[in-house]
Order: sequence, then C-alpha cells, then structure tokens
Amino acid sequence: METVLAVLCGLMAAASIYLMLSGHIIRFIFGLVIATNAVNLLIFVAGRLSSHRPPLIADGSRVPAGEVANALPQALILTAIVIGFALLTFVFILFYRTYESLGTVDTEKMRFAEPDGEKAVSGAEEAKGSGA
Amino acid sequence: MSCLLVLPIIVPFVAAAAGLLFRTDFERQQAVGMGGAALHFMVCLGLLFHVCKNGISTIQMANWPAPFGITLAADHLSVILVAVTGTLGLCVMLYSKAEIKTGMIAAGFYPLMHILLGGVCGAFLTGDLFNLYVWFEVMLMASFGLLVLGREKAQLDGGVKYVMINLFSTLLFISGLGLLYGMTGTLNMADLHLEIQKVSDKALLTAVATIFMAAFGIKAGIFPLFFWLPVSYHTPPVAVSAILAGLLTKVGVYALIRMFTLVFTFDVAYTHGLLLVAAVVTMITGVLGAAAYNEFRRILSFHIISQVGYMVMGLALFTPLALTGAVFYLLHHMIVKANLFLISGVSRVAGGSFELSRLGGLYRSRGFLALLFFIPAFSLAGFPPLSGFWAKMMLIRASLEVEAYVVAAAAAVVGLLTVYSMSKIWGEAFWKPSPEPMHTESPAMGEGGGGLWRLLPITVLAVITIVLGFVPGVFLDLAAQAAHELLNPDIYVKAVLGGV
Repeated sequence: METVLAVLCGLMAAASIYLMLSGHIIRFIFGLVIATNAVNLLIFVAGRLSSHRPPLIADGSRVPAGEVANALPQALILTAIVIGFALLTFVFILFYRTYESLGTVDTEKMRFAEPDGEKAVSGAEEAKGSGA
Repeated sequence: MSCLLVLPIIVPFVAAAAGLLFRTDFERQQAVGMGGAALHFMVCLGLLFHVCKNGISTIQMANWPAPFGITLAADHLSVILVAVTGTLGLCVMLYSKAEIKTGMIAAGFYPLMHILLGGVCGAFLTGDLFNLYVWFEVMLMASFGLLVLGREKAQLDGGVKYVMINLFSTLLFISGLGLLYGMTGTLNMADLHLEIQKVSDKALLTAVATIFMAAFGIKAGIFPLFFWLPVSYHTPPVAVSAILAGLLTKVGVYALIRMFTLVFTFDVAYTHGLLLVAAVVTMITGVLGAAAYNEFRRILSFHIISQVGYMVMGLALFTPLALTGAVFYLLHHMIVKANLFLISGVSRVAGGSFELSRLGGLYRSRGFLALLFFIPAFSLAGFPPLSGFWAKMMLIRASLEVEAYVVAAAAAVVGLLTVYSMSKIWGEAFWKPSPEPMHTESPAMGEGGGGLWRLLPITVLAVITIVLGFVPGVFLDLAAQAAHELLNPDIYVKAVLGGV
C-alpha cells in the first residue's frame, strides 16, 4: 500500500511541477492545489499506514489499550490543509487583481517590476510622473 | 520568568488585534501600532537580558513535556535576532508615521506589520520543526499582504512572482519535514538531534538535508534560488521594503543555521561543502548584479543577496570563529540594510526619484542625510572601524584558518566591489550636482512632511551601527556565546529535553 501511495505522491508532484512551470498563473494555481495535496499525502504515508484501532482512551485508564493508529500525521495534515486553504484564497484574489490590473495571465509578459533595459524604466517613470 | 519567552510573539498579535478594533479611526490605529511596537521592543530586550543572565530558557506549551508538545527555546542566537527584530520593528513603525497615509492604514498596514513581527519572532524562538513551518506561513501571509499594499502595477507583478516562489519553497520545506518525520518519528528539533543519529540510511538523510537546504535557500536568497528577491523588494512602500529587507531573508539564514548545526551534521563534508560553494557564488552574483543597476533600491536588493552569501559562508566553514562571524554579520546586516532602505526613501523625498541618474546634489542640500547614508553604506562595504569591518574580518580570518584561500579571496574581492557600488550611490545621489533644478515642489514632495519622523529612526539605526563598530567587544562576546552553543548542540538539547 505504501508503495502505491508513494508512486501516487510522485505522480502528483510531477504533474504539479509541470503545471507550475507553464508560466500561466491559472495553471500555477492548479499546480499549487495538486502539490499541496501531494505533500499532505506524503506526510500521511510517512506516519505509517496501519489498520489499528483509533487512538481513543477508554474511561478510567490513562493509556490506550493495545496498538492504535498514529494520530500525529492527521493533526499535522489538518493544520497544513487549513493554512493551504487560506493561502489558496489569497493567491486567487491576488492573481485575479493582477489579471485585472496588468491584463495578462502570462508571467513572461509581466515586466512591470523589471522593465527591459534602462530606457523602459525612465519611460515608465515619466509616464507615472505625467500621470500624477 | 519563562513566560517572557512567549511575550515577543504575543505582544504583536495583541497589537494587531487591537489595531483592527480601530479600523476606521486611523490616528488611533497608528497610535496603537506604534505603542505596540514600543512594547514589543521592550519585551524583546527583556528576553535578551534574561537569556544573557540565565542561559538558554525554554517553555513547554500547555505543559506537554518535550518532545511531545511544542517547545519554545531561546538560546543566544535566537534572542540576538529577536532583539534586533524588536529594534527594527520600532524604527520602521516610527518611519511609517511619515510615509504611510490613510489609504494604506485602511488596507491594514499596522496589523499586517505586527503579524509579520510576531511571525518572525515565532520562527526565531520555536524549537519544533512543524511549528517553524507554521510561523513561516504566518510571516509569509503578512509579507504578501504588505508587498502588494497600494496595488501598483509593479507591486502586483513583483508580488505574484514573490508569492509563487515562496509558496513553492514552503511546499519543499513541508515535504522535507514529512520525510524527516517518517525517518525519525519526531519533530522536536532537540529530539531530532538525538534521533537522527539512529537512522541507518544516511544517503536518504542527505537527500532530505538537501531538500531543506533548497527550501531555506529560497527564503534566504542564496544562489541559484534568489531571483524572486530583486523582482519584488524595490516595489512596495519604503517602510515595507525596509522591514522585508531587514528581516525576511534573515529568517531563512537563521533556519539554515539552526538546521545545519543542530540536526544535519552527520555529513558535514557534503552538506556544508555544498553550502560553501553556494555561498561564494551567491556573494559574487549578488555584488555583480548590484554593479549592473542604477536604481537605489534595486542596488540594495542585490546587496542583500551578496551579504547573505557571507552569512552562509560563516555557517559553511563551521568553525567557532566563522560562526561567531556569521552571527555578528547577521546582527550588523539587519540593522544596516533596513537603515539603507529607509535612507533611500528620504532621498526619494528629497530628490524625487529612486533612479540614480535623476538624483544629485543631496550632499549640498541635505548634509545631515549624506552623513547618515555614509555610516551604514560604508559599514556595509566593510570600512574600519564600522561594524561591517569586524564581521568581514572575522569571516575572512576564519576561512584563512581552514586554508580556504579561494573563499577568503572571494570574500575580499566582493567587499571591494561593494565599495564600488556604495560609492556609485554616493557619487551619483549625493556628490554630483543635481541633474535638473531641484523639483522640491514636485508632486513627490506632497509626501515630504514629517521629516523628523523619517530622520529619527535612521539616526537611531546609524548610532547603533557606530556603537557596533566602536565597541564591538560586548556584541562579539554575545556572538561567540551563540556560536559556542551552536557548535555544542548538547547544551541546547539538554535545555529542551532536561536531563535525558
């Protein structure tokens, strides 16, 4: 089972990197979603898969009786999912704003922070100056 | 007294929440922001003195004994960095009084700033790897928000690239973390130090160490992973780029130092050798990049990269002297670099541009500012007896001690090139006559009010730089103490895990 999941993790990671490298910000978001899930799955498998009972402690005793499943990876993944969801929301809004304002989804065409050559810099500055 | 350990994290979050209560009352929000920063500064200093007096202090969250719960641990390295964070936070907040206008306050400048400070302090203080990941995310979220504050085109462009690469780096970090957990069964850093020695397959561990190196390398901006930095750091308001420049990459450097002294020390020849090569190339590319540009903040951004190279070099040499140098370098660099960014803002107000070709004559018109620029700029370049000189000297001496002559030569040459680009800024912005009649009444001067609020933090940081340079003894002792703890992880492990 571990092997199957490990291969799946690898496939998801490969797909996400392919999407992320496409230079298209929407595809980047899809890549990000897949990558986040690949990592969550990785942590889950790293905590060992077992078909033990849930880690519940009976009334009156202080330790669980017999072998129980590892609860820590689930806690970690839960945290990672929450954080990942918040980040995803932010990224969606940021990318949408960017598309609205820059008019492109192609990262190669976004040359506003680093214009080509010094001339473009002063051109942009002048445009800004006259606009103000 | 160990509750002192949580205060540098709690205070900023309380200040952020309090700031949000005054969403529409901008004056009060600003007051809360600055008051919070002042309080934060004091608790950070308090923690510094506490740890200097009593040694490493730790606290177990919710009283879960280590290694099961989350541990906060403050050793000398952590508290030095926390103290600098408090100082920079306060100085930048003071500066923001002049620069940050109501629009940005309404967009949440002060709460975001406090969350950033809290996240950075959390990252410095935590003793748990997963918790470190959480603090990284907190810090990143706040920095994303700050970076696109104002929503100009260049900011959005820089912001998108910054967000993309940093998200990727945290994904790398957390997958490395998952693999490490799978091999050792623990996430407590002190416990990892012990457990990792029991892992039999060192080759797999080395692979995981390399993943961590890449993840933190992206954050720190080491070659060849630094490309996000010069795209984004020159776009936001000056107060924001100053705090990002002062703190964020240094958290990456801190994480590298922590992991590669406490956890990944089983194959120093490979991991630290790789780091050394990366450090040297980082120094050289950074300084060459700086030489190629003529925009105040872009030059400074490239210098961050080359300076990060020096710090990583100190870590990679892995001797007591080199680590002392690296810690001292961190301390010096955070203060000087934030200060230079603030000065670029004042020059912008005085001269109307960040472009060096359009600046000029500032020495004549703003003599005091010229003096204030001179101190951090030539400290960065490593002129004796300013603070950068001691830091560089120690690192070069450390590399000579281990007979790494190429590294020493590279560090010296990069120092010279730093002088070149600092004197380029000096010559262009301050020395040469003004290219056009001073447009003191130009639109840019609309934000020229509050000169005192701008000059006060810059003066304070310049004075700290001078003190660091002329009385380095105290600070060198601190750094040496930090290096001693880093090279003898047993001290840290014992403080966290007790007698185990």
